[in-house]
Amino acid sequence: MIQAENLTKFFGQTQAISNVSFSAAKGEILGFLGPNGAGKTTTMRLLSCFMPPTSGKARVAGYCVMNDSLEVRKRLGYLPENAPLYTHMTTRNYLHFVSEVKGIPAHERSRKVECVIGDCGLQEVSGRIIGVLSKGYRQRVGIAQALLNDPEVLILDEPTAGLDPKQIIEIRDLIKNLAGNRTIILSTHILPEVSMVCNRVIIINDGIIVAKDTPDNLMDQLQKNTRIYLQVDGPKQKIFEQLGNIKGVDKVVNKESTNDSVFSFMVESKGDLDIRNAIAQKIVENRWGLLEIRAVNMTLEDIFIKLVTTESE
Amino acid sequence: MTAYFYSPIAYVVITIFIIISGYFFFNIMSYYNFVVFSVGMRANEMGSQLNVVELILKPLYSNLAIVLLLIVPLLTMRLLSEEKKQGTAELLFTYPIRDGEMIMGKFGACLAVYAIMLATTFVFPIMINFFGFIEWGPVFSSYLGLLLMGSSFISVGILLSSTTENQIVAAIGTFGILMILWVIDASERFVAPGLAVVLKDLSVIAHFDNFAKGVIDTRDLIFYLNFSFLFIFLTLRSIESKKWRGA
Repeated sequence: MIQAENLTKFFGQTQAISNVSFSAAKGEILGFLGPNGAGKTTTMRLLSCFMPPTSGKARVAGYCVMNDSLEVRKRLGYLPENAPLYTHMTTRNYLHFVSEVKGIPAHERSRKVECVIGDCGLQEVSGRIIGVLSKGYRQRVGIAQALLNDPEVLILDEPTAGLDPKQIIEIRDLIKNLAGNRTIILSTHILPEVSMVCNRVIIINDGIIVAKDTPDNLMDQLQKNTRIYLQVDGPKQKIFEQLGNIKGVDKVVNKESTNDSVFSFMVESKGDLDIRNAIAQKIVENRWGLLEIRAVNMTLEDIFIKLVTTESE
Repeated sequence: MTAYFYSPIAYVVITIFIIISGYFFFNIMSYYNFVVFSVGMRANEMGSQLNVVELILKPLYSNLAIVLLLIVPLLTMRLLSEEKKQGTAELLFTYPIRDGEMIMGKFGACLAVYAIMLATTFVFPIMINFFGFIEWGPVFSSYLGLLLMGSSFISVGILLSSTTENQIVAAIGTFGILMILWVIDASERFVAPGLAVVLKDLSVIAHFDNFAKGVIDTRDLIFYLNFSFLFIFLTLRSIESKKWRGA
């Protein structure tokens, strides 16, 4: 559905993206992750035919973005950052207008507009002027206008930027429901969102793709060791020593404690050795109180920071 | 074509305040004009009513032309500048319409607004008709001339609007170009004969004179049409160039 090959874009002398290549299959939700200024929006603009690449090729919905731009746009729904809408029109009028511009035949327009209003939960605000809508609703109108022509590909640039937590959840659910047969690309720098919504993730930094994979695979690859978090009731120093003595333990780190008798530790071991059993046994042997024991996985945040900071060195 | 329906609604709604203000201004001016001429002329030339009518309407429309030169930049300044500034251009360019369709849509919408504005002045000839008798020929040709002239003004306006996000700059730029093109024939006497002919023919307003008299000269028609096409063409190129530069 989407194939990008060595996309490069220069703005004057500044290089925004360099040799970006990736693909997305039908029905996939692809997440584009990266710090601000990494090139996410530029890539999206190239794919949506807003600007031409300096070099490289891209095919969206089977057509080339340079040569068959019109065909691409007929099958595309795009929501730019900050949902730029015509604020003086009412929601319904705006959607009617967009449906006209998108070439939807006159007899189908009303039906599609109502359909999209329903899908995006805009019934309450359909008669209101867009200028007075809250940001959450505006984003929804933005997604609604992108959906009018039943696009095969949806490109959403930071769809949850600036929304409050409740609105974020609503938009996320909306996006998940939209997938079906469509391919969706969304860009964000809210990491948990990516793991929750996307099938695959592309991390981009400074115009270069740094990682391309499913969130789980990435976590597996980059997590070189297992970490166990413990809360134990007992003498701090002794626990520290004993933990260090367990076979397979790489290092033990003291963490903050909530009170004088309960101490927290982070125990790291190589690979995916599960030493929880050994730890539990050791603690029970010594008759200390084992209050909490859990495996701590590397979050996407950690992976992101790791990838992004090592690359820039 | 769907592109024509590119929101005359939006433009009417937004620019109506501009129209109203501009219109009031010119309405007052024209009415004053009318009254002055009426009073002045009637006293002296009661016999030749036709003449009187001509003498009122012709200067009226000529003055109108000048006022329009001032107002049209205000109408056109937001056509493309606003889109860029608000970011809605990003959506517009990713819709399945060709650049040409989009420009023609905006041009058409602006022309429609302009035409409505012009149409409101039609009351004058009608009013005069009650008192005297009008040769409708020159009246209609004047309106045609004004319409064509207006389309030229709008085409300049849309070009300037495409070059900048700043509406004021677009308005001033348009205004500047129109002024230059207006007075360019004045330097006819001071330059070499060959150049003089060219310059004389370039003045946007001079071509209107024939229309005001009731003469529809194909040279004037073609001038205006070519002029409009030229600037629209330039606008298309300007947009394309910006797209490539990534502006």
